[in-house]
Amino acid sequence: MGKLSTWQELPAAGVVVADEAEQPRTGGWRTGLKPDVELAQCVNCLLCWLYCPDSAVVLDGTTFTGFDYDHCKGCEICARVCPTKAIEMVPE
Amino acid sequence: MTARMSVELLTGGEAVAHAMRQIDPDVVPVYPITPQTPIIQGFAKFVADGKASGEIVNVESEHSAMSAAVGAALAGARTMTATSSQGMALMAEIVYIAAAMRAPIVMAVGNRALSGPINIHADHSDSMLVRDSGAIQLFAENAQEAYDFTVMAPRIAEHPDVLLPVLVGQDGFTITHSAEPVAMLDDEAVKSFVGEYAIPFPLLDLGRVTSQGPFAMPDSYFELRHDLVRAQESALWVIEQITDEFAELSGRSYGVVESYRLEGARRALVVMGSSAGTAKDVVDELRGEGEPVGLLQVRAFRPFPDAAVRAALRYVTEIAVLDRADSPGGRPPLFAEVAAAVYGCAPIVRSFVYGLGGRDIHPGDIRAVFECVESAPRGTQYVGLREEA
Repeated sequence: MGKLSTWQELPAAGVVVADEAEQPRTGGWRTGLKPDVELAQCVNCLLCWLYCPDSAVVLDGTTFTGFDYDHCKGCEICARVCPTKAIEMVPE
Repeated sequence: MTARMSVELLTGGEAVAHAMRQIDPDVVPVYPITPQTPIIQGFAKFVADGKASGEIVNVESEHSAMSAAVGAALAGARTMTATSSQGMALMAEIVYIAAAMRAPIVMAVGNRALSGPINIHADHSDSMLVRDSGAIQLFAENAQEAYDFTVMAPRIAEHPDVLLPVLVGQDGFTITHSAEPVAMLDDEAVKSFVGEYAIPFPLLDLGRVTSQGPFAMPDSYFELRHDLVRAQESALWVIEQITDEFAELSGRSYGVVESYRLEGARRALVVMGSSAGTAKDVVDELRGEGEPVGLLQVRAFRPFPDAAVRAALRYVTEIAVLDRADSPGGRPPLFAEVAAAVYGCAPIVRSFVYGLGGRDIHPGDIRAVFECVESAPRGTQYVGLREEA
């Protein structure tokens, strides 16, 4: 973290403008396991997308394509909710 | 140039409902409570009759009303609400958040005593409950001021150097339910006076996505709170600027304080709200009898006009501060402010609490206050309280 802001430098009410804000890669918080998918088994039910607390399930339109590892924190919820067991937690 | 005006016989509640019709806010989340109800009831009727187009959100509590108001105001909608007493108590949590999120919400307050015991009549304890929230607080003397302050309130609230909620207080029943002639500006004049709603970061601006109300750690909370201090300081000159503009439009001139017959006065009363009217009559009577008395009416309690109070009272030797709210175990709020403002100027400053729970204050009571300022002990005196001698 850089120099702390004075009250004059901070935006009123602490408003964060998305385009100007730091975009930390919170995927670095994972502790050794990441989700991996066997696409052949995926039925595109999108339950993983629905449950993912970090919006780290990537879609192309409405089709599941994979994970955003920059933001996935490895919570395993996707693997637990996947009805066809297409998602598996694997070592980094 | 002064705008066209029509004079109608209106209660304070009706007058503010008319001001709301003319301002025509986009969103009005409200919950009814005596004695504020006529305000929102009047506005709801205007909407039902097609005379105003604001979206009324009927919520299940004042906590929800203020929460909805914060969301609407930050989304980019001009937002107003109204409350009293217990409603204010329930809102209080979100009033603080509204100020901190710089949501320029205008709130009409029908000032009413807080429970307990439960009571529906006038005093200022409800507004004082949110004294330190960061919201601006104006107190009207009569229905005309309640109307005028409400018309000015969006301009003050939405000023880019302010961006704070504005509470326009009018004493419950004494003003909210008492009819008097009110001179209203014509609809077009109000519309052009208040202008379009604009805030720096509307949440619905998808071209510039923002996150609002973030958590603040010890490394930034202090700085973000301090920003409110500076916004309140700016509000002092902004209020002066808006009241000047309003004076040109209406012919009615207001400041953050009003000096009433303070020229050459040795003794002065300081008071807020409807009692200022009664007290001015007493000042006139006493001046007629040759007594050197005057009055200072405080219209803006937040921001507190420290310098203006000190300047107005600089030649006075005895000051009686009348509070319509008490602080058990401490000094009442207006007294504390006035005493701090004149600190070092060496006049005698004494505290008088009156009118709690709507108890009337009569001209004779005010006369008695003037007579006893010099001899009053340092502790707070209670006007109209029954007690054993």
